Amino acid sequence: MNALPIDMGLLLAGVLFTLGLISVLIRRNIIFMLISVEIMLNAAGLAFIVAGSRWAQADGQVMFIFILTMAAAEVSVGLALILQIYHQLKTLDSDAADKMNG
Amino acid sequence: MAFYIASIIAILATVMVITRYNMIHALLYLVVSFLAVAVIFFMLGAPFVAALEVIIYAGAIVVLIIFVIMMLNMKEESVEQERKWFSKNIWIGPGILALVLLGELVYILVTSERVLLNNAVVDSKAVGMSLYGPYIIGVELCGLLLMAGIVGAYHLGRQRRKVIHRFLEKTEE
Repeated sequence: MNALPIDMGLLLAGVLFTLGLISVLIRRNIIFMLISVEIMLNAAGLAFIVAGSRWAQADGQVMFIFILTMAAAEVSVGLALILQIYHQLKTLDSDAADKMNG
Repeated sequence: MAFYIASIIAILATVMVITRYNMIHALLYLVVSFLAVAVIFFMLGAPFVAALEVIIYAGAIVVLIIFVIMMLNMKEESVEQERKWFSKNIWIGPGILALVLLGELVYILVTSERVLLNNAVVDSKAVGMSLYGPYIIGVELCGLLLMAGIVGAYHLGRQRRKVIHRFLEKTEE
């Protein structure tokens, strides 16, 4: 198997991150915004793995495991917040939560 | 060659995720995207992380989101509402700005010197030795973070008393 240039891996991470960023900017549905944040975290982890593969060290994978833990904790708290917002506002529109009258 | 195929699949699946109106369809494409990224991890010499990607991202996190969508009991009109929210030309401005940033990143990557990746496989033993050696403080902080996540999710997900709901419904009329 030929060695890949590191540019391609970082390019893929950048493209995935940009897609997640566009999605989190244009969506109004809170669940879609949470999914987009997951895409962005995954792209950041991909960049870590590519860098770890460049030096053949385990540090990149360790950082990916930390990102994974953070994503799991974030999605659980975020989904609990989404449930609470839906019960109180009866909508998933993120613009509906602009008044602090919870 | 397999790397490029998996990359194209990942990018196409992610594009499908951010353009779907139906949440479940978007999540299924998200699973495809995560699986493609897992294939890329495997090819980059990180088999342990590839397995974690499949188990935790494509398994646990997506299933968690699907359960919450099930609890929210979305109807057909939610798809129509999503289409209405999405149909305006709101995506042009953020899209162009984000693509400009991506263009800068591509320019930096293209003009920098070309470095080849190692083909060496870093197996789970090396990851474990590093994780419980120099990074032990990070593991402990991850434990604290997960504990805070559990407590926070329990606290936030708890149903409030019914009185508050009746009061809110009354004020909505």
